[in-house]
Amino acid sequence: MYEFKTGNELLNLCSAYNKSIGEITILYEMETSEKSREDILLKMKANLEVMREAALYGLTRDIRSVSGLTGGDAKKLWKYTEAGHTLSGTHTAMAVAKAMAVSEVNASMGRIVAAPTAGSCGIIPGALLTAAEILNSTDDDVINALFTASGVGITIAYNATLSGAEGGCQAECGSAAAMAAAAVTELVGGSPEQALNAAAFSLKAVMGLVCDPVAGLVEIPCVKRNAFGASNALTAADMALAGITSRIPFDEVVEAMYRVGKVMPYELKETAKGGLADTPTGKRIKEELSGK
Amino acid sequence: MKQYSSFDILGPIMIGPSSSHTAGAARIGNIARKIYGGKITSVRFYLHGSFAETYRGHGTDRALLAGILCMDPSDDRLRDSLNIAKEMGIDFEFIPTVIKDAHPNTVMVEMDGENGRISVTGSSIGGGSIVITRIDDFNLEFTGDYPTLITSHVDRPGVIAKVTEIIKGCDINIAFMKVFRHQKGKEAAMIIEMDYTLPDKAIDEIKKIKEISSVMMIEPV
Repeated sequence: MYEFKTGNELLNLCSAYNKSIGEITILYEMETSEKSREDILLKMKANLEVMREAALYGLTRDIRSVSGLTGGDAKKLWKYTEAGHTLSGTHTAMAVAKAMAVSEVNASMGRIVAAPTAGSCGIIPGALLTAAEILNSTDDDVINALFTASGVGITIAYNATLSGAEGGCQAECGSAAAMAAAAVTELVGGSPEQALNAAAFSLKAVMGLVCDPVAGLVEIPCVKRNAFGASNALTAADMALAGITSRIPFDEVVEAMYRVGKVMPYELKETAKGGLADTPTGKRIKEELSGK
Repeated sequence: MKQYSSFDILGPIMIGPSSSHTAGAARIGNIARKIYGGKITSVRFYLHGSFAETYRGHGTDRALLAGILCMDPSDDRLRDSLNIAKEMGIDFEFIPTVIKDAHPNTVMVEMDGENGRISVTGSSIGGGSIVITRIDDFNLEFTGDYPTLITSHVDRPGVIAKVTEIIKGCDINIAFMKVFRHQKGKEAAMIIEMDYTLPDKAIDEIKKIKEISSVMMIEPV
């Protein structure tokens, strides 16, 4: 009854039942898993708690990845933001700092929620936790918004891919930003249409983005791509909430992303053979690490 | 086509940095440990492809060993598994190698202990999903997503029906089932992935079937 595979099907369900994307996704989950609403909400709450812990940990502790390549930048940005002189605005800078924090925690072998992947795990917590603080949202509202994110992610999983190895960074961090943008839009009270417009903006912004991890590790440029994913999501949500619509519908953007991923060369899809991984510095870092 | 759950998209909760190189590796280690059953004294990990190239930076080594120590992919102690194993007196070694025709993220786990030597080969195929492809000399295939029954038996007519009859008696649904054999009439194996775990009583009944030489019930990881 609540099954959907595309954004359009999701919107039809939202309008037929007069419910949000988040709520339809909860109903879909109840239907397909045959579990109670309470069980499902609790499971998502566990995700929310891990996201919060990871963000806090990364913002307040001195962390370093196993390779030593990343860590400590989230804390730096957080301190800078607290001084109150940001150019991009306090909220954006906070969201970016949180996204980097979670991503750095991931690189340091801390506990995170794959959202949708480990490589893109900072974007949704960064954007959503920050929006929730601004809005004073209840946990129930934030959990609902996480279902909005997963509903959007489900449509991308069906019609494209969430894997960097298959579609490049656009498929990982791009999808995470799209999911975050939709989640934040519904959290603020935007309509399902606005949420999907926001998701479309986010994906369009990074269409073609390659996956080029230095030395093959989830660190450079992943932590910074997570940073920009969070600011991308907030910007997209603001645009959608202002009433701007995507001239190319969300489902077509997803399809385009998939096709772009298909024609993307192998060197630029997580193989660490192209892009930043293939720069003199990237190659030097790889050599240094393999000598360790 | 696979039906996606919200928790495939947001989840799993895991120790970073990589769902395939860390979480998937922990799951392979964990399943290998379950297949072994008894006490392990030493373990060697033969790493292939991307596992061989990036295992240190991705913590694949710690994750595999954590799995052998029965930790799940979200266990905080995962990053300290090398020390924990040393304290427990378990010898371990990581050996980059080439495994013919294997998926890029593949490991062969060779365990020694009270049950002699058992080797398990598995691949981490993305997003934390894994597939176990070999136990000792036997090629097979299962994912560890479901309670899984593995039997070895003599390839004779009716053995499969006897087993499925017992499962049916427990009112348990079979999700996937595969049968493998080396040679007609010789050693064969059955992999049955179910929606629920078989009760011990049913496993004992299956053990009593005369063509069946061993039965393993592996809980999902």
